[in-house]
Amino acid sequence: MLPNLGYGTLVITLIVSIYAIVSAVIGERKNLYKYVESARLALLLTFPLLTLAVISIVILLVNQNYEVQYVYNVTSSTMPTYLKVTALWGGQAGSLVFWAWLMAAFGSAVTLRKWDRDHDLLPWVIIVSSVTLAFFLIMIVVFENPFIRFWTLPSGGELVAMFAPAGSQLIHPFDGRGLNPLLRHPGMIIHPPMLYLGFVSFVIPYAFGMAALITGRTDDRWIRLTRRWTLVAWMFLSIGLILGSRWSYDVLGWGGYWAWDPVENAAFMPWLSGTAFLHSVMIQEKRGLFKRWNMILVIITYSLVIFGTFLTRSGVLSSVHAFAQSAIGPMFFIFIGLSFIISLAFLIKRWDDLRSEGVMTSLLSRESLFLINNLLFIGILVVVFWGTVYPLISELFTGQKVTVGPPFYNSTTGPLFVGLLLLMGIAPLSAWGHSTWKTLGKALWIPAIGSLILIVVLFVSGVRSIGALIGFTVASLAAFVTIYEFWRGMKARHKRNGENYLVALWKLTARNRRRYGGYIIHLSVVFMAIGIIGIEFFQTETQGRIAPGESLSLAGYTVTYKNLAEFDVADGRNVARAVLSVSKNGKDLGELYPRRDFYYDSQQPMTIPGVRSTVEDDLYVILVNWEQISSLGATFKVFHNPLINWLWYGGILLVIGSFIAAWPDPEKEIELAPSRIMRKETGNLVSKP
Amino acid sequence: MENSHTEEPKNPKKLPRWAIIAAFVVLLGFLALMGWGLKNAQQGPVQEGQKVPPFELTTFDGSKIKTEDLLGKVVVINFWASWCKPCEQEASELEEAWQYYKDSGEVVFLGVDYVDTETEAMGYLEKFNITYPNGPDLRTAISQIFRISGVPETYIIDRNGKLASRKIGPFVSISEITSMIDSALNQ
Amino acid sequence: MNYKNIVFLRIKILIGFFALIFLLLLISFNNVIAQNDYPTDDQVNAIAKELYCPVCENTPLDVCPTQACAQWRALIKEKLIAGWSKEEIKQYFVDQYGDRVLAQPPARGLNWLVYILPPVVFVGGIVVVYLNLKKIKKSSEKVVQVSNNNNDKYLKEMEEALNVLNNEEDLS
Repeated sequence: MLPNLGYGTLVITLIVSIYAIVSAVIGERKNLYKYVESARLALLLTFPLLTLAVISIVILLVNQNYEVQYVYNVTSSTMPTYLKVTALWGGQAGSLVFWAWLMAAFGSAVTLRKWDRDHDLLPWVIIVSSVTLAFFLIMIVVFENPFIRFWTLPSGGELVAMFAPAGSQLIHPFDGRGLNPLLRHPGMIIHPPMLYLGFVSFVIPYAFGMAALITGRTDDRWIRLTRRWTLVAWMFLSIGLILGSRWSYDVLGWGGYWAWDPVENAAFMPWLSGTAFLHSVMIQEKRGLFKRWNMILVIITYSLVIFGTFLTRSGVLSSVHAFAQSAIGPMFFIFIGLSFIISLAFLIKRWDDLRSEGVMTSLLSRESLFLINNLLFIGILVVVFWGTVYPLISELFTGQKVTVGPPFYNSTTGPLFVGLLLLMGIAPLSAWGHSTWKTLGKALWIPAIGSLILIVVLFVSGVRSIGALIGFTVASLAAFVTIYEFWRGMKARHKRNGENYLVALWKLTARNRRRYGGYIIHLSVVFMAIGIIGIEFFQTETQGRIAPGESLSLAGYTVTYKNLAEFDVADGRNVARAVLSVSKNGKDLGELYPRRDFYYDSQQPMTIPGVRSTVEDDLYVILVNWEQISSLGATFKVFHNPLINWLWYGGILLVIGSFIAAWPDPEKEIELAPSRIMRKETGNLVSKP
Repeated sequence: MENSHTEEPKNPKKLPRWAIIAAFVVLLGFLALMGWGLKNAQQGPVQEGQKVPPFELTTFDGSKIKTEDLLGKVVVINFWASWCKPCEQEASELEEAWQYYKDSGEVVFLGVDYVDTETEAMGYLEKFNITYPNGPDLRTAISQIFRISGVPETYIIDRNGKLASRKIGPFVSISEITSMIDSALNQ
Repeated sequence: MNYKNIVFLRIKILIGFFALIFLLLLISFNNVIAQNDYPTDDQVNAIAKELYCPVCENTPLDVCPTQACAQWRALIKEKLIAGWSKEEIKQYFVDQYGDRVLAQPPARGLNWLVYILPPVVFVGGIVVVYLNLKKIKKSSEKVVQVSNNNNDKYLKEMEEALNVLNNEEDLS
C-alpha cells in the first residue's frame, strides 16, 4: 500500500512540475499573469507532495519492509533506527528522491518571496527550477524507482517490479543486505545532505541568472536578489566537502583527507567556480563591472553541479565513490547537453548587453585584484577538470587506462592556491578605483613585517621546505591582514563612540555582517591552509609487526602494543580492539584503541584508527587488517600528522563566519550604494525606503 | 571614493563570429566526448557473433601464442586469477574438459591470468594440475578486448574467429562446458 | 687414558673447534643476509605508495586492503630481496598491469597533453591580465591624479570616515 502511495506521489509531483513549466511558459508568452501565478502555486505544491514520498520511504526503511528492493539493499535488522532513517540517501534511488525533495524545497521557498518588483523574472525562475526538478523526477519514476518490490511469478521465477505481475506473490526476505559499513559513520550521515544542499541551492542563483539573461535584465538586480542564496549554498557545499574529508580521515584508515578522486573533484569543481562567483558579484554590485564574468560563473557552477552528479552516477569515470552504474546515464547526458547548449546560447545572445558600466583604472585596485582572483579560481578549476576528465580521454583515444593522481594536482594547483592566499592578504587592503604601490604598501607593511618575522622564526627552528615556508608566509599574511582589518575597525569605533574594544568588535561585526563575516571565513581558510601545509609537507609514517610489549617509534613518539581483545557486538559486528600505550620522551601520554570491525551481514571489514589529537599534531594508529591480527602479534601503521587539526578548526570557524555573513539585517536593505546612484546615467533614480 | 574619471569605451565590443563558433565547437566536442565515454561505459562484454580481434598470449613458460594462427579451431579463453575464489570452483572441470578435447586437435584451451602475481599463479596452476597453456594478461590488454567485468569469465571463439558463446562466472559442471564447446564445434 | 682415547679426544676438540668457527662464520653471514632478507614494511610501503592498485579504483597500493593488493605488496618485498631498484619494480608493474598503476600518466604520446595544459593555462591567465593592463593604461592616461603628500593625513582620515560610511550602507 505504502509503496503504491509513494510511487503515486512521485508521479503526481512529476505531472505538477511539468504543469508548472507549461503554465509559466504560456503566462510569459501571452503576458497573462494568472498563468504565471498558477505555475508559482504548482511549484509550491511540489514540496508537500515530495515530502509525502520521502516520508513513505523512511517509514518503509524503519519498518524493515524488505520486500521493497531499496529497503533490502540499504538496511538490515542490525542497523540502529537512526541509520535506517539516513539510509534514505544511502543508495542511488533514495538519494535521487532526496535530491529532488531538496530541489522542491528550495523551489518552493523561492516562490514564497515577494515578487511584486520582479514579475518579469518570476516565470523564468519557475521554469528553470521546475525543469531541473522534472528531469530528476523522470529519472526516478522511469529508471530508479525506490518503491519496486520483489515478486515470485507463478512460473517459479522472480521479478523486481513496481506493480504486481499477474498471479504473483510478494517475496519477504528475512533480512536486508545492510548499508555498507563505511557509510555508518556520523560524518557519512551528514556529508551527503550537506553536499546535496549545496548543489541544489546553487540552482536558484542560476535560475535568476538565466531569468535575467532571457528577459534582458542585465543590471545587477538578479545578483542582489540571490546574494544570500549564494552565500548559503556556498556554506553548505563547503561543509559537505569538509565533512567528506573528515570522514575520509576518520574512517578510511589511510591517514589522509583528500585523494583527488574523480568524484571528490566533481564536488570540488562547483565549489571553485561558486567561490569565484561569490566574490565576483561584489564587483558588479559596487562598480557594474564583471557582468559577463558573473553570468559565466553562475552558469559554470550550475553546469558543474549537474555534470558532477552525472559523473558520480553514470559509470563514465571509475571511482571508489561512484554509485553502481545504472540506466540514468543517458538521461543525465541529455539533460546536460540541453542545459549547456541553452545556457551558452542565451549567454551569447545577451553578450553585448552585458557590457561593463565602468573600467578598471589601476592594476592594484580592488577590481583588478578581483579579476586576478577570478583567474586563479578558474585556473585551478581548469586544471582539476582536465585531470579528472583526462583518464576518460586517454581511454577513448588510445585504449590505455591511466591514473591522474595527487602528484599532478599538488604540483599544478599548489602554486595557484598560494596565489589565492596571497590575494586574500592583499585585496582587503586595496582601494576601489585608484590604487598605487605606495598606497597599498602603506597599508600592507605592518602585516607583512609580521609574516616576515614568522618565517625567520620558522627557518631558525629548522623548517627548510621551501613549499612550506612559502605557504606559511602567505597564510600568515592573510591572517595578519584580516586581524588588522578587525583592529582598524575596532579602533575607529572606539575613537568615535568611546565603546570599549570588545563592544566595538561586536558592534562592528553586527553592523557589517557581510564584510566581517567574510573576514572570519578568510581566517578559517587560513586555519585550513595551516592544517593542510602541516600534513602535506610534514607527515611521516611507519609500519611494523610487533608482539605485545614491543613498540614502534615515530617522530619522537613510542607506541607500545599492550593487548588485544576480540568480541562480538550487538549491532552485528565482530570487533578486534587493540590497546596501545603512547609515550614521548619517556612521558606517558595515555592509550589508543585502534580496532578492526567486521560486519557479518555485508561481510565487510572496517578499520577505525586510534588517534591522539592535539593542537600541534595527530598521532594516528591503525590496525593493519590485511595481516593477521592476534594477541600474539599484530601489524600496526602509525602516522604523525602535524597541524592537521587546524583543518577541522578552520571548518568550524567557516560555519560560524558563514552564519554571521548570511544573517539577515534588522535594518531594511538600501537599494543601491549611493555612489552607484550618482553614476547611473539613466533617469532611474531609486529612492531609499 | 572617486578620484578618477570613468569613461565608457568608445566602440562597444561586439562578440566576433569566430568566438561564437569556437565556443559552440568546444561545447559540442566536449558533449560528444562524454557521449562516447558513456556509450563505452554502458557497453557490456563482447557480444556473441562479433568478430574477436586477434591477440597474442605469452605463456608462463615463455612461448607466444597468436590467436590468428588458431583460425579453424575452436578456442576456449578462460580469464582467472589466483586471488579469485569462484575461479577455483571451475578449475578442475576446465582441466577435465581439456583432457577430453585434447586429442581431437579441434579445440584449444587458453588460460588468461588477470592482474595476478606469477608465484601465486604458478601455485594455482599446480594446485589444480592445469596443463593447457596459461599466461599473464600483460597490461590488461586481452581483458580489455573482451571488456570483462571480473573473473572468472570464459569466452568460446568459433572456427571463424567470431564469439560463439560466453560464460560470466564459474561453470557449474563439466557438462556445461562440453555443451558450449560442442555447439561451437558443430556450427 | 690409553692411546685410542687420546686420539678421540683430539678429534673431538678439532671438530669442536671447526664447529665453533663455522658457527661464528654463520652468525656473521646471517647479519649480512638479514639486512637484505627482510625489507621493512616501510621500505615496501615507500614503493607501494607510488603505485596504484591495478584492480581497485584509484586506491594507492600501500593502503589497499584486498588480498590481491597484499599479494602485490608481497611481490614488491620479493623483488626488493632480489635486489631490484624502485624504478625496476615500478617498470615491472607497468609491464604487467599497464599504465594505470602509475600515479601520473607516463609522459609519452597523448599524455603530453596532461603536462602541457597547466603551463598553457598559466600563460593564458597572464595574457588576460596583460590585456586588461593595456586597457587600464589607456584609460589611466585620462585620469587626474590626486596624490599629495601634504594631504596624506587628511586623506587617511577621509578614507577612514568614508569607509565607515560605506560599511554602514553595505547591503548586508
